[in-house]
Amino acid sequence: MKNEQGSQSGEALKGFTTSTRRQFIGWAGLLALGASLSPLDARAAQSAPRQGGSVRFAINDGTPADSFDPATWQSSYQQVIFGGTLCNALTELDATGAAVPDLAESFSSSADLKVWTFALRPGLKFHDGAAVTVNDVIESYRHHMGPASSSAAKAVVESIVDIRADGDRNVVFTLSGGNVDFPYLAADCHLVVMPAKAGGGIDWARGVATGPYSIEDNQPGIGVRMKRNPDYHKLGQPYFDKVEFVNIIDVAARTNALLTGEIDYMVDADIKTLKMLEQNPAIEISKVSGVRHFSFSMNTTVAPFDNPDVRMALKYAIDRDDIVNKAFLGNAKTANDNPVAPQIAFAINPLPVHSYNIEKAKEHLAKAGLTSLTVDLSVAETAFPNAIDAALLFKDHAAKAGIEINVVREADDGYWDNVWQHKPFVGVDWLGKPTCDSLFTTAYASGAPWNDTAWKNKRFDELLVKGRAESDKATRQKIYGEMQQILHDDGGALVLAYALFIDAMSKKIAHGPIGNMLQCDNFRMAERWWLA
Amino acid sequence: MGSGFVTLFIVSLIIFAAIAVLPGDFAKVALGRSATPETVANFQRSLGLDRPVTERYVSWIGGALKGDLGLSFSSGSGTPRTVNGIIGPRLKNTLFLAALAALISVPVALLFGIIAAIRRNSWLDRSLNALTLVGISFPEFFVAYVLMLLLAVKLPIFYSLARITPGMGVVEIAERLALPVATLCFGIIAHMMRMTRAAIINLLSSPYIEMAKLKGTAPWIIILRHALPNAWAPISAVIAFNLAYLIVGVVVVEVVFVYPGIGQAMVDAVRSRDIPVVQGCALIFATAYILLNLLADVIAIATNPRLAHPR
Repeated sequence: MKNEQGSQSGEALKGFTTSTRRQFIGWAGLLALGASLSPLDARAAQSAPRQGGSVRFAINDGTPADSFDPATWQSSYQQVIFGGTLCNALTELDATGAAVPDLAESFSSSADLKVWTFALRPGLKFHDGAAVTVNDVIESYRHHMGPASSSAAKAVVESIVDIRADGDRNVVFTLSGGNVDFPYLAADCHLVVMPAKAGGGIDWARGVATGPYSIEDNQPGIGVRMKRNPDYHKLGQPYFDKVEFVNIIDVAARTNALLTGEIDYMVDADIKTLKMLEQNPAIEISKVSGVRHFSFSMNTTVAPFDNPDVRMALKYAIDRDDIVNKAFLGNAKTANDNPVAPQIAFAINPLPVHSYNIEKAKEHLAKAGLTSLTVDLSVAETAFPNAIDAALLFKDHAAKAGIEINVVREADDGYWDNVWQHKPFVGVDWLGKPTCDSLFTTAYASGAPWNDTAWKNKRFDELLVKGRAESDKATRQKIYGEMQQILHDDGGALVLAYALFIDAMSKKIAHGPIGNMLQCDNFRMAERWWLA
Repeated sequence: MGSGFVTLFIVSLIIFAAIAVLPGDFAKVALGRSATPETVANFQRSLGLDRPVTERYVSWIGGALKGDLGLSFSSGSGTPRTVNGIIGPRLKNTLFLAALAALISVPVALLFGIIAAIRRNSWLDRSLNALTLVGISFPEFFVAYVLMLLLAVKLPIFYSLARITPGMGVVEIAERLALPVATLCFGIIAHMMRMTRAAIINLLSSPYIEMAKLKGTAPWIIILRHALPNAWAPISAVIAFNLAYLIVGVVVVEVVFVYPGIGQAMVDAVRSRDIPVVQGCALIFATAYILLNLLADVIAIATNPRLAHPR
C-alpha cells in the first residue's frame, strides 16, 4: 500500500514539469488522496500490537553510580529501566492509573483492611530459569524494611508489621492500620521481586529478575541493552525483540539523536523548541498530564501566612493561566489549589475555582485587617522548571492587588536541604502520588514528613484515618471530596499547575493510551509499546 | 621530578579540602527527598563519613599512592564498586579521543605554523591566522552544534552520537568520532599554530640564521635544521598544555556528543555527590597536567642543541 503511494507521487513529480494546469490539479488531487490515506493507515497499524523489531529509548538522568539495588533507585533512568523493564512488583499501575495484579494473580484483604493476601501467579520464572517463590517476595520486601534500612521505599513499607508465607503461593501482609490503598503501595517500583539469597537478603547484583526484558549488556551511565524474556508471564507481551536504553543528559543532543534516527524515543523534550519538533512529520510528540505538580507553599505557622485570609488573598492574587502560558509556554495544566490531579481516583475540582481576581484579593486582605502586604518568595531553578519566571510573573500579578512579593533567588545547590521546609514561602516541585491517601499522608497530614506548610487541621486528619480504613466507594468519595475542599479553602499550598510529561518519539513506535501517573507510560513503555 | 610530587601532594590536599567544604551531602542527595534523619545517619555510618576529616584524608592518600582510589559511595553492602572500576573505562575513552585529536591537530598545527612563518605577512599567513582564530573564538559547544547540524542532520554523513561499542569496526569508529575530534581540533589548533609561528619568527632574526641565509641555504632547510631545533622548548610547552586540555577539558564535547569520557563521569559524580569519584577524577586530571608538563620540560632539554653539542 505504502509502496504504491510512493510510486504514484514519484510519477506525479516527474510529470509536473511538462503537465498542463488541468493535469497538475489532477495529480495534486491524487497526492492529497495519498496524504489523507496515510494517517488512516497509521492508525490501523496502531490498533494491533505485533511482536518483533528493536527500539532505542533515550533517558536523561543515568549516572556511572547506578546499580541494580532497588533500594537506591531515585532517577527516572533507574526506575524506568530497572524498575519498569527489568523487574515486576506484585501489582502495577495500568494506563488508567489503577493498581492491577502483576506478579500477583489476585489480592484480597480482611474486612478491617489490615491483612492483605497476594496470590502469586503459577509458573513464574526469573531470567535465569529459577522459579519465583514466596520467599523471594518476602526477602524483596524485607530488603527495604528494618531500622538500618536506607531504602528510598522505606516510608512505603513502614506500615507493614509482618510478612509471612501461606502455602507456596500466598504472601500475607499484616499492616499496622487498615489501608484500602495497599495494592497501590505494592505497585511502587522499588518493591520489585528479585531472587532471595540463601542466608537472607536478595541477590540484586546479577540483574536477574522477572521483567519483560533481561540484561544483555549494562554500562552504568552510558546505556543498557536488553532482550526479550521468552518466559514472560504476560500473554503476548513484550512486543520488541530487543530494547536499548541510552543515557543522553543534554537535551539538544537528545533532540539531534532523535532527528538523525540514532534513537527512537526521547524523554523530556525541550519546550522551547517544541514547536519546531512538532512540525517534523516523522516525529510524534506525546504530552501526558501526570500527577506531578508545582506549588508555592506557605508555612501556615509563620506570620503573615498564619492568617487564612492572607493565604486566600495570595490565592486570588495569582494569574495561573498567565504563568502557564508564559513561564511554561502552555505546557502545563492550570491547577486550582488542589494537589490531587484530576485523574486520581476521588479527585474533585473544589469550588469556587481560584482564578485571578484583584477585587477578591483586596477583600480578603481587608478582612485580615491589612491594606498592603509584603512577603518574600524563595525560588530557584531547581524548585521546579522555570520557577523563577513563574515567581516574577506572580510578583506582577500580586502588585495590582497591593501585595508586594520580593522574589528571593536561592542557590540551586542544597535548595531541598536549606530552603524547602526552612523558608516560609517557597516554590516546590511535587512528583505526586497515585492516590489521595498517599498524597495526604506524606504531605498534608499534621506532622507528615513533607508537610512543608506545617498545616494542621483536625477534621482533615480525622477524615484521613477514616478514609484509609473505608472500603465503600461512595463514602470514600465523600470523605476525600471534603478533604480536598478543606485543603483548597484553608491549606497553605498555592498549587499552580500540573506538569505535563513531554516526550518525543519516532512514528515508527506505536502505543495504546499512555499511563498518566508516572513517566514513560507508568515506567512500562518497553513492555507496552510496539513497532507500527 | 621532585617538584612534580610536591605539587601533586599539595593538589591532593586542596582537592580534599575543597570537597570537604562543598555544600550538600551525599547521603541526602542519594537518598533523595524521602530521606529521614535516621536513614541519613545509617547511610553515613555505612560510608564511613562519620570519621574525622584528617583520618579520611590519610586513608585516601595512602590508597591513592598504591593506585587504589577507594570505593565509590554507590557500593552497596557486599558489592563493592571501586572508583578505579568506574573511572577506568571512562579514562580509556577520554585518552583515546584525546590521542585521535592530538594525532590530527599537532601535525596540522606545526605544519600551518611553519608555513605561516615562512610566508609571514603574506595572504596565506593572514588567512591561516584568521581561520584558526575564528575556530578558537567560538565556544566549543557552538562549533559542535554547527558541525552536527551541517554534517549529521542536514547532510547525514556522520553521526550525532559518538557512542562506540566494543566490536565496532575501525571505519565506523572513525565515522562516529569524526565530529567530536573535529570540534576539539578547532579549539586547539590556533593556539599551537600561533606559538609555532611566533617561536620560529622570533628565531629568524637571530644572527646565526642570518649566517645560514648568507650561506645560501634554502628557506625550508633553514627552518627545519636551524630554527626548529631551537624552537622546540616553547612549542612543546604549548603542545603539552593543549594535550592536557584534551584530557581534562572536554566535558562539553563529551556531553554534546554523548561520549562516555572521564569529564562526564566527574560531572555526574559531582551531581550525585559521589565524593571518592570526584576526588579520583581531580587527582587524575592533576597528574595528567603535571606529567605532560614534565614531558614538555624533558623535550625542551633533550632537544636543546646547546646541550646536544657541548663545546
